[in-house]
Amino acid sequence: MATRPIATTRSATGIPTGRLAVWWVIASEIVIFGGVLGSYLMHRLGHPEWEHQSVHTNTWIGAFNTLVLLTSSLCAVLAHNAAELKNGKKAANFLLLTCVGGLTFLTVKGFEWTHEIQSGFTMQSNMFWSFYYTAAGLHGLHVLAGVIIMLIVAADARKNQELQRVENIGIYWHFVDIVWVFLFPLLYIAK
Amino acid sequence: MSAEAHAAGHAAGHHEEGWFHKYFWSTDHKMIGMQYLFTGMAMALIGGFTVYVFRMQLAFPGVSVPGFGRVTASDYNALVTTHGSVMIFWVAMPVLIAALGNFLIPLMIGCDDMVFPRLNRLSYQLFLLSALILIGSFFVQGGAFGGAWTAYPPLSAKGVYNLTPQGASLWLVAVALEFVAFLLGGINFVTTVMNSRAPGMKMFDVPIVVWMIVVASIVFMASVGPLVAGAVMLLFDQNFGTGFYDPAKGGDPVLWQHLFWFFGHPEVYVVLLPAVGIVAEVITVFSRKKLFGYKTVLYTAIGTGVLSFFVWAHHQFIAGIDPRMANIFSVTTLLISIPVAEMMFVYIATLYGGSIRLKVPMLWSLAFIGEFLVGGVTGIFLGASGSDIYFHDTYFVLAHFHYTFFPIAFIAVFSAVTYWFPKMFGRMMNETFGKIHFWGTIIPFNFIFIPLFILGVRGDHRRIYDYTNFPDLMKPGMQDLRVLATVSLVTLLAFQFIFLANFFYSLVKGPKASANPWQANTLEWVAASPPPHGNFPEGLPTVYRGPYEYNHPDRPQEDYWPQNVAS
Amino acid sequence: MSDTSHPAPAGTAAAAEGHAHVDHTQAYVKIWGLLVVLLVISVAGPFLGIRWVTLITAFGIALVKAYMVAKHFMHIDLERKWILYLMATMLALMAVMVGGVSPDVMQHQGRNWTNEAAKAAVEKGLKEAPAEHTEHGAAPAHGEGH
Repeated sequence: MATRPIATTRSATGIPTGRLAVWWVIASEIVIFGGVLGSYLMHRLGHPEWEHQSVHTNTWIGAFNTLVLLTSSLCAVLAHNAAELKNGKKAANFLLLTCVGGLTFLTVKGFEWTHEIQSGFTMQSNMFWSFYYTAAGLHGLHVLAGVIIMLIVAADARKNQELQRVENIGIYWHFVDIVWVFLFPLLYIAK
Repeated sequence: MSAEAHAAGHAAGHHEEGWFHKYFWSTDHKMIGMQYLFTGMAMALIGGFTVYVFRMQLAFPGVSVPGFGRVTASDYNALVTTHGSVMIFWVAMPVLIAALGNFLIPLMIGCDDMVFPRLNRLSYQLFLLSALILIGSFFVQGGAFGGAWTAYPPLSAKGVYNLTPQGASLWLVAVALEFVAFLLGGINFVTTVMNSRAPGMKMFDVPIVVWMIVVASIVFMASVGPLVAGAVMLLFDQNFGTGFYDPAKGGDPVLWQHLFWFFGHPEVYVVLLPAVGIVAEVITVFSRKKLFGYKTVLYTAIGTGVLSFFVWAHHQFIAGIDPRMANIFSVTTLLISIPVAEMMFVYIATLYGGSIRLKVPMLWSLAFIGEFLVGGVTGIFLGASGSDIYFHDTYFVLAHFHYTFFPIAFIAVFSAVTYWFPKMFGRMMNETFGKIHFWGTIIPFNFIFIPLFILGVRGDHRRIYDYTNFPDLMKPGMQDLRVLATVSLVTLLAFQFIFLANFFYSLVKGPKASANPWQANTLEWVAASPPPHGNFPEGLPTVYRGPYEYNHPDRPQEDYWPQNVAS
Repeated sequence: MSDTSHPAPAGTAAAAEGHAHVDHTQAYVKIWGLLVVLLVISVAGPFLGIRWVTLITAFGIALVKAYMVAKHFMHIDLERKWILYLMATMLALMAVMVGGVSPDVMQHQGRNWTNEAAKAAVEKGLKEAPAEHTEHGAAPAHGEGH
């Protein structure tokens, strides 16, 4: 496997390469989620009768999951804080806590969906639910991907290696959190 | 580095394991670039074969096509779908952006590799997987997807309509994977150019082709998102019984159209900009003259990229969109012709007064300017919604976009390949055969598509496999035009074998190339031909000036002034 | 994106980041606390029953929360300005997309057209009583899928 090329260490913009790349990733993800959420929004506004469906989403579970993700974002930024102070072990631990948050989110969602499906609210039962599962599912995939990458970054950070990646994966994680911050009212509150 | 050995990416691994492993897992940008190039070339064979078959059917309906057999209506649909999809997603994009971008960017900005070599590797592997999935779709029950490259639902959503349900899903997965591969690659390119430029290389010292690939990557990144979302929804409609695009279930098929074209229109500029960039490099070198307006071209390209997001619904003028929207999109569409025309004028001004060297790469770039111009002006008729009501879905549209796409995907690519071949492979291609190939391509090309313009004006609708069923379209002379187009196509395809022979022969037996056979300024010509791993073993270059200082008064001894030469 | 303000030689990543770091834990926890309070308000909003209050608490607060996370956790205000502009541009593009598509998808009739199927679906759905089982009941759930 190639050792890090000189190219990676240069920084004509002043922004470290890894962080620059993460911002570009976020930019492309904004339009992906924008596409899903925009499509949902247009349909929802045109179909007022969907409120008979959306009333069945569980606001408390949604709120709990929001709390979980917000807390995990706190852990992610505390991990970054620790990395800046060159405390790799602390950073790794905070990252693990973030992962715990992410996995909790996914587990709660698993139970939530199971209950909803068993109540007959499947992806095919109504367009609202089609969007619900697709949008939240796409988000959930990003949560899972984030957890996996975070575990890898944490493993390196624990050895005080590649500490700059703690901030980078944190930025990604905060973005995933922000997407949920908008999904939550869309699917659970202003139904 | 025996490059021909990994042609098509799925060559039988008939050498020792170590060699295959070394090539397959390489993270070197040059190797990855060539892998994209060879895969793209192989896919072009598929694209070329499909068009050969369906044009033979159109010219000689019902007659068994040599090498294929009789073409049924379903076959026809699958062939045109495959042709369009392959040419855009698996030929134009990989060659123009991934192959050239990968190969050239680190060399032209004076660094040793991309900033994320392993991500680069992953991008190619995802791309290769997408190509294999697409090819796999040819062999499933029902065969390749037959719902057109635009995949409008409900045709694309319901197997009972498109008759190729498995092919449809595989096609969608292949396209989605290809998008992911290019998203990852694009991030690599943009980050590399932004951060890893050689010391002294300011933003305006970057060669235009590199800028163009960067702008194209950004435009791609910003436009593909909604389509990724839409593709997921279509996949669910196809396989999980949802109704995102099904009015009976509360969905809307027009949503797909919008999501598709919101990407689809910027996409054509994504492939146009690198082609325009290639032409800029070639015409400056072969007219020994500075680019007439570097900043103009740059800002125009960025402006085109931005404006391209505001024109998409001109593909939907007669789909039932709100006519007030149609007005807006007409205006923006006509506006976007201006920056592109501006770039062509800058190029003509660059050529004016230059010391023209009519080598093969230059011939191709000159041809690009002329042929693309025809494509551009015919787009005006389609951009105005009034006339588009008549022209939509006729062969006029088809001829328009082939007068733009063929220059982009083939003319500019041939210019690039013949120009950078010495750098990539360390040998020179044969000039004479290059010229024969050139004329054998350009002349037939025009005889394919001018008849199609005429047929379109006379009412030939697209995606019809047998015009003998339409008496109005079998008026005297019309079938002759179809035959003329087909015969010209077959001629054009035949001449491509000359290119392939030239390419592969020169690869092994061509005269060895020096580092800078064209006497160009840009940094890739500083490196050896071909460059070793790390590109610049004597040390990464420092840059002292822009890329187009030809015939500079302060340098009388030579008519070029490489960027890395101190003074 | 034209950035000619840098001196000619390219810096390294380490040089770009050099600064003595202060422990910001307290500040971050405070922000988190604020976010939780906002979450509570947004959940409480619908209980007032006034539609526009619900919308403001739901989406207005979402915007505020997003801003706070972006500023305090992602440190977007400490990054180069153009990164913020890039994100804003992506959002603007999404607005353009929704703006261009909604006359066709959100509305169900225009000057010379009507989306019969959508209108029928809306009418049918509105006639159904709320908070009962859905009109499709326990849908014939397909084996696979979610």
